[in-house]
Amino acid sequence: MDWQLAWDSLGPIVRGAVLGTIPLTLVSFALGLALALGIALARMSRIVPLAMAARFVISVVRGTPLLVQLFVIFYGLPSLGLTIPPWPSAVIAFSVNVGGYGAEIIRAAILSVPAGQWEAGYTIGMSRALTLRRIILPQAARVSVPPLSNTFISLVKDTSLASLILVTELFREAQKIAAFSQEFMMLYIEAAVVYWVICLGLSTVQDRLERRLDRYVARS
Amino acid sequence: MSPAPDTAAPLLRATGLRKSFGDLEVLRGVDLEVRRGRVLVLIGPSGSGKTTVLRSLNALTPADSGVIELDGERVDFGAPVSTRARAAERARLRDAAGMVFQHYNLFPHKTVLENVIEGPVVVQRRPRAEAVADAEALLARVGLQSKRDAYPFQLSGGQQQRVGIVRALALKPKLLLFDEPTSALDPEIVGDVLAIMSELAKEGWTMVVVTHELSFAREVADEVAFLDAGVVVERGAPADLFTAPRERRTREFLDRLLR
Repeated sequence: MDWQLAWDSLGPIVRGAVLGTIPLTLVSFALGLALALGIALARMSRIVPLAMAARFVISVVRGTPLLVQLFVIFYGLPSLGLTIPPWPSAVIAFSVNVGGYGAEIIRAAILSVPAGQWEAGYTIGMSRALTLRRIILPQAARVSVPPLSNTFISLVKDTSLASLILVTELFREAQKIAAFSQEFMMLYIEAAVVYWVICLGLSTVQDRLERRLDRYVARS
Repeated sequence: MSPAPDTAAPLLRATGLRKSFGDLEVLRGVDLEVRRGRVLVLIGPSGSGKTTVLRSLNALTPADSGVIELDGERVDFGAPVSTRARAAERARLRDAAGMVFQHYNLFPHKTVLENVIEGPVVVQRRPRAEAVADAEALLARVGLQSKRDAYPFQLSGGQQQRVGIVRALALKPKLLLFDEPTSALDPEIVGDVLAIMSELAKEGWTMVVVTHELSFAREVADEVAFLDAGVVVERGAPADLFTAPRERRTREFLDRLLR
Protein backbone atom coordinates (compact mmCIF):
# COMPACT_ATOMS: atom_id res chain seq x y z
CA MET A 1 0.00 0.00 0.00
CA ASP A 2 1.19 3.44 -0.92
CA TRP A 3 -0.02 5.44 2.10
CA GLN A 4 1.44 8.64 0.75
CA LEU A 5 -0.66 8.27 -2.39
CA ALA A 6 -3.73 7.43 -0.30
CA TRP A 7 -3.27 10.69 1.60
CA ASP A 8 -2.41 12.77 -1.47
CA SER A 9 -5.40 11.49 -3.40
CA LEU A 10 -7.81 12.27 -0.60
CA GLY A 11 -7.61 15.99 -1.43
CA PRO A 12 -8.84 15.70 -5.03
CA ILE A 13 -11.44 13.06 -4.11
CA VAL A 14 -12.93 15.17 -1.30
CA ARG A 15 -12.81 18.19 -3.59
CA GLY A 16 -14.74 16.13 -6.15
CA ALA A 17 -17.30 15.38 -3.48
CA VAL A 18 -17.60 18.96 -2.30
CA LEU A 19 -17.64 20.59 -5.74
CA GLY A 20 -19.32 17.78 -7.69
CA THR A 21 -21.18 15.03 -5.90
CA ILE A 22 -22.74 17.07 -3.09
CA PRO A 23 -23.97 20.11 -5.03
CA LEU A 24 -25.14 17.85 -7.88
CA THR A 25 -27.12 15.80 -5.37
CA LEU A 26 -28.60 18.79 -3.55
CA VAL A 27 -29.63 20.68 -6.69
CA SER A 28 -31.06 17.58 -8.37
CA PHE A 29 -32.93 16.52 -5.25
CA ALA A 30 -34.44 19.96 -4.63
CA LEU A 31 -35.63 20.28 -8.23
CA GLY A 32 -36.67 16.63 -8.26
CA LEU A 33 -38.79 17.03 -5.14
CA ALA A 34 -40.67 19.99 -6.59
CA LEU A 35 -41.17 17.98 -9.76
CA ALA A 36 -42.30 14.95 -7.74
CA LEU A 37 -45.00 16.97 -5.97
CA GLY A 38 -46.20 18.34 -9.31
CA ILE A 39 -46.27 14.89 -10.91
CA ALA A 40 -48.01 13.38 -7.86
CA LEU A 41 -50.75 16.03 -7.96
CA ALA A 42 -51.11 15.63 -11.72
CA ARG A 43 -51.38 11.87 -11.30
CA MET A 44 -54.23 12.35 -8.79
CA SER A 45 -55.93 15.04 -10.88
CA ARG A 46 -59.45 14.55 -12.21
CA ILE A 47 -58.25 16.05 -15.50
CA VAL A 48 -57.67 12.86 -17.45
CA PRO A 49 -54.95 14.01 -19.90
CA LEU A 50 -52.93 15.44 -17.02
CA ALA A 51 -53.19 12.21 -15.03
CA MET A 52 -52.24 10.20 -18.14
CA ALA A 53 -49.20 12.41 -18.78
CA ALA A 54 -48.05 11.94 -15.19
CA ARG A 55 -48.44 8.16 -15.45
CA PHE A 56 -46.41 8.22 -18.66
CA VAL A 57 -43.53 10.17 -17.10
CA ILE A 58 -43.45 7.88 -14.06
CA SER A 59 -43.51 4.82 -16.28
CA VAL A 60 -40.63 6.02 -18.49
CA VAL A 61 -38.49 7.11 -15.54
CA ARG A 62 -38.94 3.83 -13.72
CA GLY A 63 -38.83 1.65 -16.80
CA THR A 64 -35.53 2.84 -18.30
CA PRO A 65 -32.00 2.75 -16.83
CA LEU A 66 -30.69 5.99 -15.41
CA LEU A 67 -27.45 5.52 -17.36
CA VAL A 68 -29.42 5.30 -20.61
CA GLN A 69 -31.36 8.47 -19.68
CA LEU A 70 -28.07 10.29 -19.05
CA PHE A 71 -26.63 9.13 -22.39
CA VAL A 72 -29.76 10.11 -24.32
CA ILE A 73 -29.60 13.62 -22.88
CA PHE A 74 -25.85 14.17 -23.18
CA TYR A 75 -24.82 12.09 -26.22
CA GLY A 76 -28.17 11.73 -27.98
CA LEU A 77 -29.74 15.17 -28.01
CA PRO A 78 -26.79 16.86 -29.84
CA SER A 79 -27.75 14.87 -32.95
CA LEU A 80 -31.08 16.74 -32.79
CA GLY A 81 -29.17 19.99 -32.55
CA LEU A 82 -29.60 20.34 -28.81
CA THR A 83 -26.28 20.31 -26.97
CA ILE A 84 -26.44 20.47 -23.19
CA PRO A 85 -23.22 20.72 -21.14
CA PRO A 86 -22.33 17.90 -18.72
CA TRP A 87 -23.52 19.51 -15.46
CA PRO A 88 -26.97 20.61 -16.66
CA SER A 89 -27.41 17.25 -18.43
CA ALA A 90 -26.74 15.46 -15.17
CA VAL A 91 -29.09 17.75 -13.22
CA ILE A 92 -31.89 17.17 -15.75
CA ALA A 93 -31.52 13.39 -15.70
CA PHE A 94 -31.23 13.13 -11.92
CA SER A 95 -34.04 15.53 -11.06
CA VAL A 96 -36.44 13.88 -13.51
CA ASN A 97 -35.47 10.57 -11.95
CA VAL A 98 -36.18 11.82 -8.44
CA GLY A 99 -39.40 13.34 -9.81
CA GLY A 100 -40.63 9.98 -11.10
CA TYR A 101 -39.82 7.91 -8.05
CA GLY A 102 -40.67 10.69 -5.59
CA ALA A 103 -44.07 11.26 -7.20
CA GLU A 104 -45.25 7.78 -6.23
CA ILE A 105 -43.91 8.21 -2.70
CA ILE A 106 -45.67 11.55 -2.27
CA ARG A 107 -48.88 10.25 -3.83
CA ALA A 108 -48.94 7.31 -1.42
CA ALA A 109 -48.24 9.65 1.50
CA ILE A 110 -51.08 11.99 0.52
CA LEU A 111 -53.45 9.03 0.17
CA SER A 112 -52.41 7.80 3.62
CA VAL A 113 -53.91 10.89 5.28
CA PRO A 114 -57.48 10.01 6.38
CA ALA A 115 -60.36 11.50 4.38
CA GLY A 116 -61.65 13.09 7.61
CA GLN A 117 -58.72 15.50 7.51
CA TRP A 118 -59.82 16.85 4.12
CA GLU A 119 -63.38 17.15 5.45
CA ALA A 120 -62.27 18.96 8.59
CA GLY A 121 -60.38 21.42 6.39
CA TYR A 122 -63.45 22.01 4.22
CA THR A 123 -65.71 22.53 7.22
CA ILE A 124 -63.51 25.29 8.63
CA GLY A 125 -63.92 27.00 5.27
CA MET A 126 -60.78 25.94 3.43
CA SER A 127 -60.58 25.33 -0.29
CA ARG A 128 -59.04 22.13 -1.68
CA ALA A 129 -55.72 23.87 -2.34
CA LEU A 130 -55.55 25.42 1.10
CA THR A 131 -56.49 22.14 2.80
CA LEU A 132 -53.80 20.36 0.79
CA ARG A 133 -51.15 22.89 1.75
CA ARG A 134 -51.95 23.46 5.43
CA ILE A 135 -53.53 20.18 6.53
CA ILE A 136 -52.64 17.31 4.21
CA LEU A 137 -49.06 17.94 3.05
CA PRO A 138 -47.62 18.50 6.55
CA GLN A 139 -49.02 15.11 7.55
CA ALA A 140 -47.94 13.49 4.29
CA ALA A 141 -44.42 14.88 4.81
CA ARG A 142 -44.03 12.84 7.96
CA VAL A 143 -44.99 9.64 6.19
CA SER A 144 -42.78 10.29 3.20
CA VAL A 145 -39.52 11.13 4.98
CA PRO A 146 -38.21 7.55 5.29
CA PRO A 147 -38.87 6.55 1.65
CA LEU A 148 -37.69 9.92 0.33
CA SER A 149 -34.51 9.55 2.37
CA ASN A 150 -33.94 6.30 0.53
CA THR A 151 -34.29 8.12 -2.77
CA PHE A 152 -31.93 10.82 -1.56
CA ILE A 153 -29.24 8.37 -0.48
CA SER A 154 -29.57 6.43 -3.73
CA LEU A 155 -29.12 9.70 -5.56
CA VAL A 156 -25.82 10.41 -3.79
CA LYS A 157 -24.47 7.16 -5.18
CA ASP A 158 -26.18 7.45 -8.56
CA THR A 159 -24.37 10.74 -9.20
CA SER A 160 -21.25 8.61 -9.79
CA LEU A 161 -22.84 7.82 -13.17
CA ALA A 162 -22.30 11.46 -14.09
CA SER A 163 -18.58 10.64 -14.38
CA LEU A 164 -19.52 8.89 -17.65
CA ILE A 165 -20.77 12.16 -19.15
CA LEU A 166 -17.64 14.03 -18.11
CA VAL A 167 -18.91 15.67 -14.94
CA THR A 168 -16.08 16.24 -12.49
CA GLU A 169 -17.19 14.60 -9.30
CA LEU A 170 -15.95 12.25 -6.61
CA PHE A 171 -15.73 9.06 -8.63
CA ARG A 172 -14.22 10.68 -11.70
CA GLU A 173 -11.41 12.13 -9.56
CA ALA A 174 -10.73 8.68 -8.12
CA GLN A 175 -10.73 7.16 -11.62
CA LYS A 176 -8.23 9.70 -12.92
CA ILE A 177 -5.78 9.08 -10.11
CA ALA A 178 -6.28 5.33 -10.38
CA ALA A 179 -5.53 5.33 -14.09
CA PHE A 180 -2.44 7.42 -13.53
CA SER A 181 -1.05 5.48 -10.54
CA GLN A 182 -2.43 2.01 -11.34
CA GLU A 183 -3.54 1.71 -7.66
CA PHE A 184 -7.10 0.67 -8.61
CA MET A 185 -8.00 -1.24 -5.46
CA MET A 186 -6.89 1.46 -3.09
CA LEU A 187 -8.49 4.38 -4.92
CA TYR A 188 -11.83 2.72 -5.51
CA ILE A 189 -12.01 1.65 -1.87
CA GLU A 190 -11.13 5.22 -0.93
CA ALA A 191 -13.93 6.54 -3.12
CA ALA A 192 -16.34 4.01 -1.60
CA VAL A 193 -15.41 5.14 1.92
CA VAL A 194 -16.02 8.80 1.06
CA TYR A 195 -19.49 7.93 -0.36
CA TRP A 196 -20.21 5.95 2.77
CA VAL A 197 -19.22 8.83 5.05
CA ILE A 198 -21.52 11.19 3.13
CA CYS A 199 -24.42 8.74 3.47
CA LEU A 200 -23.74 8.25 7.17
CA GLY A 201 -24.08 12.00 7.61
CA LEU A 202 -27.35 11.96 5.70
CA SER A 203 -28.74 9.14 7.83
CA THR A 204 -28.14 11.30 10.90
CA VAL A 205 -30.01 14.18 9.29
CA GLN A 206 -32.86 11.78 8.45
CA ASP A 207 -33.06 10.63 12.08
CA ARG A 208 -33.30 14.19 13.33
CA LEU A 209 -35.92 15.12 10.77
CA GLU A 210 -38.03 12.07 11.64
CA ARG A 211 -37.86 12.84 15.32
CA ARG A 212 -38.87 16.43 14.66
CA LEU A 213 -41.82 15.42 12.49
CA ASP A 214 -42.88 12.74 14.99
CA ARG A 215 -43.38 15.21 17.82
CA TYR A 216 -47.14 15.12 17.33
CA VAL A 217 -47.45 11.34 17.16
CA ALA A 218 -47.98 9.08 20.16
CA ARG A 219 -44.99 6.88 20.89
CA SER A 220 -45.88 3.39 21.95
CA MET B 1 -72.37 35.22 21.13
CA SER B 2 -74.94 34.00 18.64
CA PRO B 3 -77.80 35.92 17.10
CA ALA B 4 -80.93 36.37 19.19
CA PRO B 5 -83.55 33.74 18.43
CA ASP B 6 -85.86 34.92 15.71
CA THR B 7 -88.54 32.29 15.60
CA ALA B 8 -90.32 33.71 12.60
CA ALA B 9 -87.96 32.85 9.76
CA PRO B 10 -86.31 29.47 9.29
CA LEU B 11 -82.52 29.74 9.21
CA LEU B 12 -82.25 26.53 7.24
CA ARG B 13 -84.68 24.91 4.86
CA ALA B 14 -83.90 21.80 2.85
CA THR B 15 -86.36 20.63 0.21
CA GLY B 16 -86.42 17.40 -1.75
CA LEU B 17 -82.89 16.23 -1.03
CA ARG B 18 -82.02 13.15 -3.07
CA LYS B 19 -78.78 11.23 -3.14
CA SER B 20 -77.66 7.91 -4.59
CA PHE B 21 -74.40 6.06 -4.24
CA GLY B 22 -74.36 3.95 -7.38
CA ASP B 23 -77.57 1.93 -7.34
CA LEU B 24 -78.20 2.62 -3.68
CA GLU B 25 -80.69 5.41 -3.06
CA VAL B 26 -79.70 6.87 0.30
CA LEU B 27 -81.91 9.96 0.33
CA ARG B 28 -85.30 9.79 -1.37
CA GLY B 29 -86.64 13.31 -0.98
CA VAL B 30 -85.86 14.73 2.44
CA ASP B 31 -87.41 17.98 3.65
CA LEU B 32 -86.18 19.77 6.76
CA GLU B 33 -86.56 23.12 8.40
CA VAL B 34 -84.77 24.66 11.37
CA ARG B 35 -85.62 28.01 12.82
CA ARG B 36 -83.08 30.33 14.37
CA GLY B 37 -82.00 29.32 17.84
CA ARG B 38 -83.68 25.92 17.58
CA VAL B 39 -82.30 22.42 17.86
CA LEU B 40 -83.26 19.70 15.40
CA VAL B 41 -82.25 16.15 16.27
CA LEU B 42 -82.15 13.48 13.58
CA ILE B 43 -82.67 9.92 14.74
CA GLY B 44 -83.07 6.68 12.87
CA PRO B 45 -81.56 3.23 12.34
CA SER B 46 -78.12 2.94 10.77
CA GLY B 47 -78.39 3.23 7.02
CA SER B 48 -81.44 5.45 7.32
CA GLY B 49 -79.59 8.36 5.71
CA LYS B 50 -79.44 10.67 8.72
CA THR B 51 -75.68 11.23 8.47
CA THR B 52 -75.95 11.76 4.71
CA VAL B 53 -78.62 14.43 5.30
CA LEU B 54 -76.37 16.20 7.77
CA ARG B 55 -73.38 16.01 5.40
CA SER B 56 -75.45 17.36 2.54
CA LEU B 57 -76.24 20.48 4.58
CA ASN B 58 -72.63 21.67 4.20
CA ALA B 59 -72.03 19.84 0.92
CA LEU B 60 -69.48 17.39 2.30
CA THR B 61 -71.74 14.91 0.54
CA PRO B 62 -73.48 17.05 -2.07
CA ALA B 63 -77.02 15.94 -2.84
CA ASP B 64 -77.85 14.89 -6.42
CA SER B 65 -80.89 17.14 -6.38
CA GLY B 66 -82.84 19.27 -3.97
CA VAL B 67 -82.56 22.77 -2.61
CA ILE B 68 -80.89 24.09 0.51
CA GLU B 69 -81.69 27.58 1.72
CA LEU B 70 -79.47 28.78 4.51
CA ASP B 71 -79.84 32.33 5.81
CA GLY B 72 -80.65 33.79 2.42
CA GLU B 73 -78.21 31.61 0.44
CA ARG B 74 -80.01 29.30 -1.96
CA VAL B 75 -78.25 26.29 -3.44
CA ASP B 76 -80.08 24.12 -5.97
CA PHE B 77 -78.11 20.89 -6.23
CA GLY B 78 -80.01 19.70 -9.27
CA ALA B 79 -79.33 22.84 -11.32
CA PRO B 80 -76.62 22.57 -13.97
CA VAL B 81 -73.92 25.09 -13.06
CA SER B 82 -70.23 25.42 -13.87
CA THR B 83 -67.68 23.66 -11.70
CA ARG B 84 -66.48 27.02 -10.47
CA ALA B 85 -69.96 28.21 -9.49
CA ARG B 86 -70.61 24.89 -7.76
CA ALA B 87 -67.44 25.25 -5.69
CA ALA B 88 -68.50 28.78 -4.72
CA GLU B 89 -71.95 27.55 -3.64
CA ARG B 90 -70.45 24.83 -1.50
CA ALA B 91 -68.04 27.31 0.05
CA ARG B 92 -70.95 29.56 1.04
CA LEU B 93 -72.77 26.68 2.74
CA ARG B 94 -69.60 25.68 4.56
CA ASP B 95 -68.88 29.24 5.67
CA ALA B 96 -72.28 29.38 7.35
CA ALA B 97 -71.95 26.09 9.22
CA GLY B 98 -69.53 24.60 11.74
CA MET B 99 -69.28 20.84 12.03
CA VAL B 100 -68.41 18.41 14.81
CA PHE B 101 -67.43 14.92 13.68
CA GLN B 102 -67.91 11.52 15.23
CA HIS B 103 -64.17 10.89 15.12
CA TYR B 104 -63.25 14.49 16.02
CA ASN B 105 -60.95 14.90 12.98
CA LEU B 106 -58.65 17.25 14.83
CA PHE B 107 -55.49 18.21 12.97
CA PRO B 108 -52.87 15.94 14.58
CA HIS B 109 -49.92 18.12 13.56
CA LYS B 110 -51.31 21.20 15.27
CA THR B 111 -51.67 21.98 18.94
CA VAL B 112 -55.09 22.48 20.53
CA LEU B 113 -54.81 26.24 20.15
CA GLU B 114 -53.61 25.97 16.55
CA ASN B 115 -56.52 23.69 15.75
CA VAL B 116 -58.97 26.25 17.06
CA ILE B 117 -57.48 29.38 15.46
CA GLU B 118 -56.71 27.81 12.07
CA GLY B 119 -60.10 28.71 10.58
CA PRO B 120 -60.46 32.18 12.12
CA VAL B 121 -56.89 33.24 11.22
CA VAL B 122 -56.19 31.46 7.93
CA VAL B 123 -59.67 31.43 6.39
CA GLN B 124 -61.53 34.33 8.01
CA ARG B 125 -58.38 36.46 8.24
CA ARG B 126 -59.14 37.75 11.69
CA PRO B 127 -56.26 39.27 13.68
CA ARG B 128 -54.29 36.51 15.34
CA ALA B 129 -54.30 38.08 18.81
CA GLU B 130 -58.06 38.41 18.73
CA ALA B 131 -58.51 34.81 17.52
CA VAL B 132 -56.19 33.54 20.25
CA ALA B 133 -58.09 35.46 22.96
CA ASP B 134 -61.40 34.07 21.69
CA ALA B 135 -59.97 30.55 21.49
CA GLU B 136 -58.63 30.74 25.03
CA ALA B 137 -61.99 31.90 26.35
CA LEU B 138 -63.77 29.04 24.55
CA LEU B 139 -61.22 26.49 25.78
CA ALA B 140 -61.67 27.76 29.33
CA ARG B 141 -65.42 27.28 28.97
CA VAL B 142 -64.98 23.59 28.23
CA GLY B 143 -62.30 23.21 30.91
CA LEU B 144 -59.34 22.79 28.56
CA GLN B 145 -57.39 26.02 29.07
CA SER B 146 -54.46 24.03 30.43
CA LYS B 147 -54.31 21.94 27.23
CA ARG B 148 -53.86 24.79 24.77
CA ASP B 149 -50.35 23.70 23.81
CA ALA B 150 -50.99 19.95 23.85
CA TYR B 151 -51.22 17.89 20.67
CA PRO B 152 -54.41 15.92 20.03
CA PHE B 153 -52.70 12.56 20.71
CA GLN B 154 -52.08 13.73 24.27
CA LEU B 155 -55.81 14.16 24.93
CA SER B 156 -58.53 11.67 25.83
CA GLY B 157 -61.41 11.12 23.44
CA GLY B 158 -63.72 13.34 25.45
CA GLN B 159 -61.15 16.13 25.52
CA GLN B 160 -60.59 15.81 21.78
CA GLN B 161 -64.30 16.10 21.12
CA ARG B 162 -64.51 19.19 23.30
CA VAL B 163 -61.73 20.72 21.20
CA GLY B 164 -63.72 19.67 18.12
CA ILE B 165 -66.70 21.62 19.43
CA VAL B 166 -64.55 24.65 20.27
CA ARG B 167 -63.00 24.54 16.80
CA ALA B 168 -66.48 24.74 15.28
CA LEU B 169 -67.61 27.52 17.66
CA ALA B 170 -64.52 29.61 16.95
CA LEU B 171 -65.74 30.11 13.38
CA LYS B 172 -68.83 31.88 14.77
CA PRO B 173 -71.06 29.96 12.38
CA LYS B 174 -74.78 30.51 11.97
CA LEU B 175 -75.44 26.81 12.23
CA LEU B 176 -73.77 23.98 14.16
CA LEU B 177 -73.83 20.47 12.74
CA PHE B 178 -73.11 17.47 14.95
CA ASP B 179 -72.51 14.06 13.36
CA GLU B 180 -72.91 11.44 16.11
CA PRO B 181 -70.60 13.46 18.37
CA THR B 182 -70.63 10.96 21.24
CA SER B 183 -70.66 7.64 19.37
CA ALA B 184 -66.90 7.15 19.61
CA LEU B 185 -66.65 8.09 23.28
CA ASP B 186 -66.45 5.92 26.39
CA PRO B 187 -69.87 5.81 28.10
CA GLU B 188 -68.73 7.71 31.19
CA ILE B 189 -67.57 10.70 29.11
CA VAL B 190 -70.63 10.94 26.88
CA GLY B 191 -72.45 13.00 29.51
CA ASP B 192 -69.74 15.71 29.58
CA VAL B 193 -70.01 16.32 25.86
CA LEU B 194 -73.80 16.24 25.88
CA ALA B 195 -73.81 18.74 28.76
CA ILE B 196 -71.78 21.18 26.68
CA MET B 197 -74.15 20.72 23.76
CA SER B 198 -77.15 21.40 26.02
CA GLU B 199 -75.53 24.63 27.18
CA LEU B 200 -74.98 25.71 23.59
CA ALA B 201 -78.63 25.01 22.84
CA LYS B 202 -79.69 27.12 25.83
CA GLU B 203 -77.46 29.95 24.62
CA GLY B 204 -79.43 30.08 21.42
CA TRP B 205 -77.19 28.35 18.89
CA THR B 206 -79.02 26.80 15.97
CA MET B 207 -78.09 23.13 15.84
CA VAL B 208 -78.73 20.03 13.78
CA VAL B 209 -77.65 16.90 15.66
CA VAL B 210 -77.45 13.30 14.50
CA THR B 211 -77.34 11.10 17.56
CA HIS B 212 -78.36 7.83 19.16
CA GLU B 213 -78.70 9.53 22.55
CA LEU B 214 -82.47 9.59 22.86
CA SER B 215 -82.37 11.19 26.31
CA PHE B 216 -80.47 14.11 24.80
CA ALA B 217 -83.06 14.37 22.04
CA ARG B 218 -85.87 14.32 24.56
CA GLU B 219 -84.36 17.01 26.78
CA VAL B 220 -82.67 19.36 24.36
CA ALA B 221 -84.36 19.08 20.97
CA ASP B 222 -87.05 21.50 19.88
CA GLU B 223 -87.90 19.09 17.11
CA VAL B 224 -87.01 15.47 16.40
CA ALA B 225 -87.08 13.94 12.94
CA PHE B 226 -87.15 10.17 12.54
CA LEU B 227 -85.57 8.97 9.31
CA ASP B 228 -85.83 5.56 7.77
CA ALA B 229 -84.83 4.32 4.31
CA GLY B 230 -83.97 7.79 3.07
CA VAL B 231 -87.13 9.67 4.02
CA VAL B 232 -88.32 11.61 7.05
CA VAL B 233 -90.96 9.23 8.39
CA GLU B 234 -92.14 11.48 11.16
CA ARG B 235 -91.18 14.72 12.82
CA GLY B 236 -92.45 16.59 15.81
CA ALA B 237 -91.78 17.89 19.28
CA PRO B 238 -89.87 15.31 21.33
CA ALA B 239 -92.67 15.07 23.89
CA ASP B 240 -95.10 13.99 21.15
CA LEU B 241 -92.77 11.85 19.08
CA PHE B 242 -91.35 9.87 21.97
CA THR B 243 -94.56 9.33 23.91
CA ALA B 244 -97.07 9.01 21.08
CA PRO B 245 -95.39 8.21 17.76
CA ARG B 246 -97.87 8.25 14.89
CA GLU B 247 -96.01 5.92 12.54
CA ARG B 248 -95.50 2.22 13.02
CA ARG B 249 -91.82 2.39 11.95
CA THR B 250 -91.13 5.09 14.53
CA ARG B 251 -92.77 3.01 17.23
CA GLU B 252 -90.74 -0.07 16.32
CA PHE B 253 -87.51 1.88 16.31
CA LEU B 254 -88.19 3.49 19.68
CA ASP B 255 -89.29 0.18 21.19
CA ARG B 256 -86.04 -1.46 20.12
CA LEU B 257 -83.94 1.35 21.55
CA LEU B 258 -85.83 1.98 24.77
CA ARG B 259 -86.48 -1.62 25.73
